[in-house]
Amino acid sequence: MKINSNTTSQSETSTVPYTLGDMEQGAACCIPVPHIEVENLSVAYQGKIVLEDVSLNINKGCITALIGPSGCGKTSLLSSLNRLTDLIPGSQMQGKVHIDGVDVRDPQLDVMTLRRKVGMIFQKPNPFPLSIRRNIEMPLREHGVKQRGELEARVTTALQDVGLWDEVRDRLDTPALSLSGGQQQRLCIARALALEPAILLMDEPCSALDPIASVVVEELIHSLRNRYTVVIVTHNLAQARRVANYAAFFWMTGRVGKLIEFGRCQSLFDSPSHDLTAAYVTGVSG
Amino acid sequence: MFKQPARYSDVMLTLLVWLATLLVVGLFAWLVGDLILHGYSKLNLAFLLDVPQNAGREGGIAPILVSTLLILAVALLATLPLGLATAVYLSEYTNGALANGIRMSLNILAGVPSIVFGLFGNALFCIWLGMGFSIWSGGLTLACMMLPLFISTTESGLSAVTNEWRHGAAALGLSHTAALWQVLLPAASPAITAGLMLSIGRALAETAALIFTSGYVDRMPTSLSDSGRALSVHIYDLSMNVTGGDASAYGSALVLIITLMVISGIAVGLTNRFLSQRITLS
Amino acid sequence: MIWSRHNTSSPLRADATLARVTGSLAMAVAVLLGLVILLLIRESWGMLVDGGWVRFFDSEGWYPQRGQFDLLPMLWATLAASLGALLIALPLGMMSAVFSRFYAPGWMVSSLRRVMMLLAGIPSVVYGLWGLTVLVPLIAQWEPPGASLLAAILILALMVLPTVALTSEAALAAVSPASLQGAAALGLSRKGIVLGVALPEARAGIMTGALLAALRALGETMAVLMVAGNVVQTPGSVFDSVRVLTANIALEMPYAIGDHRAALFATGLMLMLIVTLLSWLAGRREELAHV
Repeated sequence: MKINSNTTSQSETSTVPYTLGDMEQGAACCIPVPHIEVENLSVAYQGKIVLEDVSLNINKGCITALIGPSGCGKTSLLSSLNRLTDLIPGSQMQGKVHIDGVDVRDPQLDVMTLRRKVGMIFQKPNPFPLSIRRNIEMPLREHGVKQRGELEARVTTALQDVGLWDEVRDRLDTPALSLSGGQQQRLCIARALALEPAILLMDEPCSALDPIASVVVEELIHSLRNRYTVVIVTHNLAQARRVANYAAFFWMTGRVGKLIEFGRCQSLFDSPSHDLTAAYVTGVSG
Repeated sequence: MFKQPARYSDVMLTLLVWLATLLVVGLFAWLVGDLILHGYSKLNLAFLLDVPQNAGREGGIAPILVSTLLILAVALLATLPLGLATAVYLSEYTNGALANGIRMSLNILAGVPSIVFGLFGNALFCIWLGMGFSIWSGGLTLACMMLPLFISTTESGLSAVTNEWRHGAAALGLSHTAALWQVLLPAASPAITAGLMLSIGRALAETAALIFTSGYVDRMPTSLSDSGRALSVHIYDLSMNVTGGDASAYGSALVLIITLMVISGIAVGLTNRFLSQRITLS
Repeated sequence: MIWSRHNTSSPLRADATLARVTGSLAMAVAVLLGLVILLLIRESWGMLVDGGWVRFFDSEGWYPQRGQFDLLPMLWATLAASLGALLIALPLGMMSAVFSRFYAPGWMVSSLRRVMMLLAGIPSVVYGLWGLTVLVPLIAQWEPPGASLLAAILILALMVLPTVALTSEAALAAVSPASLQGAAALGLSRKGIVLGVALPEARAGIMTGALLAALRALGETMAVLMVAGNVVQTPGSVFDSVRVLTANIALEMPYAIGDHRAALFATGLMLMLIVTLLSWLAGRREELAHV
């Protein structure tokens, strides 16, 4: 495992100054501060191990891509970060996951709040069969935001953040399902952003979209850097190169998913240390 | 490689199949035609609003319609909460032994003959619980018969509301209850209502179970503990026990069929709306 | 950031309450079947214990006032009526399903299905009414008395036909297009495709439909009661008046007491067992089909 703990030549420079004590939102990416610490994580479903012994640190404000062929446990890793694995019957988690120093499996932890702070975007856009406005308002209400004024403000901000505001401002009360695929996915991102998370988990957010919508969503993800910590699973290596700061490469060995290499995106692609990584990123295998 | 005269067996099958269908459609036309022919003369407001006279040969079916509605109301009062709760339980909370046990027992109950439910209802509600022949007994017995159908259609409606929304709601930190109330039940409501309509249709067609629980009395019921005659029972009585009651029987049958057609039309419409709502544009 | 002491936050509490409420109501429903069986056994106890049930098979006819409870004639009548109905409804239903799927012009298909669904929704009393006023006199013209096993068979056939047609149609629709296209590509005629490929592949679904139809036929009360004549005798010919088990219960319940009443409940119990067996069989076929 190769982690660049010391910055050498940074091609990307952050525009937001890193401030100490900025614990809620992701801070500047160029100074790596671990936000999520995964230690020897293994995930199994009904006795079948899908992910074994993964250890890595996700840095604050950075975009980390999880790459590798299907079935290597990337989605399982994502789901364990916000404990969505709890919903899958027969799922077991071993190892440690700490977010801001807090163990996500601590029994005193309120899972609902965890999931508010760690948002998730799914591969297939899943806006609720409600109006656009209610899609964003309803979770806010459930989490205690009741004031009319504040609700409206947060809806507007969220939609502006994802670039949907101008497109839907005059039809906020129409069904969300009548939006196009790309718009629906952006709505889902807005819905998660409205809850003011610190971390965003994205499971192949563009794979169900047409190429044009893909580009729009990708640009949106790019704009999230420094403001949020993003972990994105993607099959699209070019996309990973374009968008991510860090990359983690997974592969199946012995029918179990394992982390092969992790490091700064640039170096992983240009000079991978592992043969498997080299083979994958050059398209020779996987 | 040119067209050959059709083989004998091909022609035979085609003929057979056309004949079979024509026979079936013909029988249906005969039955419905007869119904309309003999019953339409009774289709007027007076029939619906008058009380039966001369043992039902003349007059109307007003008290019977009221009894039928009351029995249905009692049945729904019991079925809706029990059915919804059980369906929610089955689809949301368990996949284990208890849930499978419930499903299996409901499957068996769905096939039990209505006369057996009549026996059961009579023994439990009329005698054991002392309700006697009453609208209560009839309604509750009907509820037992409606539950399997209602629960299975509601559960499949809820399950069809896919995991996408369920997981999406969980990922947003919403509780089970919030997800159910705000997203899943509303999304499944057309399917649930369609299932409800189907169950009501089944209930209205019931006769054997009601004869032994809500009884035969054709007077206007004054309370739910009164005995009341349902529409289907009325048809039975008129055709079997009342000579010359055929005309009224046909009239009542027509009223019943029209009601059932309207209800099933609503169910079909709702199901289609439910299905089309699930198609997302991309 | 996300630390909180053990939170009795209302969302979690609401979830727990919901689980408890739905759980208890579901339990109530779960016991329903048990309750039905229990009650049936309780009410029929007098006839079942001490070898009392033997009376069902070796009595001298059905004379409840004299303690004679020979069920056999009615058992034969029930089986004859149901089997006869299936013999007619199965081929007819299957053929109209084949028609709807492979022979009918497009516009006919949905109307046909709607006709079937309407037929399926007609209450049994209405079938009985029609049978009584139209079918029975017709048969009587051929061979009195008209109210006979034949009438019962015909009416039952009409009643289960929609079930057979609809389930067969669904089974045929589930036949993979790949199989059908493959058969066509081999140059098979329509008959060849239907008989050689579609029907065999749809066999499981059709059989389930047949079982459901058998269930309905066995359990039918009102329509058969109204047209079959209700004389307790083993049918010698289709024109004999017969009484089926379900009709027997319906006719005699109003005034049965003591052993007589217990006998009727016992018949109900027996019907339940037959139905459970058939349901279980149908369930097993579903499982086997998916293996």
